[in-house]
Amino acid sequence: MELPTQTFRVTRADLVRYAGASGDFNPIHWSDRTATKVGLPGVIAHGMFTMALVGRAVTTWAGAPDAVVDFNVRFTRPVVVPDTDEGTEVEVSAVVKGATDEGLTRLDITATCLGEKVLSQARATVRTPR
Amino acid sequence: MSLDPSFVGRTYPPTAPYEVGREKIREFATAIGATDPAHHDPAAARALGHPDVVAPPTFPVIVTMAASRQIVEDPELGVDYSRVVHGDQRFAYNRPVVAGDELVCVNTIEEVTSRGGHGFLTTRTDVSTVAGEPVVAVWSKIVVRGEA
Repeated sequence: MELPTQTFRVTRADLVRYAGASGDFNPIHWSDRTATKVGLPGVIAHGMFTMALVGRAVTTWAGAPDAVVDFNVRFTRPVVVPDTDEGTEVEVSAVVKGATDEGLTRLDITATCLGEKVLSQARATVRTPR
Repeated sequence: MSLDPSFVGRTYPPTAPYEVGREKIREFATAIGATDPAHHDPAAARALGHPDVVAPPTFPVIVTMAASRQIVEDPELGVDYSRVVHGDQRFAYNRPVVAGDELVCVNTIEEVTSRGGHGFLTTRTDVSTVAGEPVVAVWSKIVVRGEA
């Protein structure tokens, strides 16, 4: 079963806010000068910010903020965030892969930016709605 | 960059307790756009059976990233942090983190490999309360890029 795709807009302001909230002040997430110096096309989102957005998608699908039992991703491609009002977008979709022996639901997740996958092996196990 | 595989299995001393604040959970939830009332309103969290506001699923990274400095700053291991890229991340929960938790981290190095000039380091952080209740296990794989 396919779950409805969820789209998240990501701007530089979001990265600044996430840096402050998470304590991850790596300058590749706010300084083009630093990002390009290490070979990136420009400022990129924190991988953990992308994972947090996927976490929002998962809890929305599950219908409960405390539903996640297991959650893993592999970061394969950076989410480049231009310094514009629109920033960029991350699209998150998932398919239900079945149930575990404990009655939990397994999801296989796809996250893309500009049509390219930014995560692989993204999976979550969630409690079904109470 | 090649990392010393003899570090596999090494466990570090427990970190000092991290006290999870209600406002920190609200700040983190706001930063990721998580608007569910259970992240913001203690009454909404209590209605779900939690003692206080519930942290979003990736919140523990705040605690484990700070704790992992024990490893990445271990001079014997010699990770060059400016060359580090995040590879994989996993959270396996016993229960969600809630405001009021006092969390202690125990870091273990699970895997050290080298491939194509890059070093790969997988750490497991067992996060439990000061009373010893396991809360979440967190795995993080980092890639230490080679000089090439």
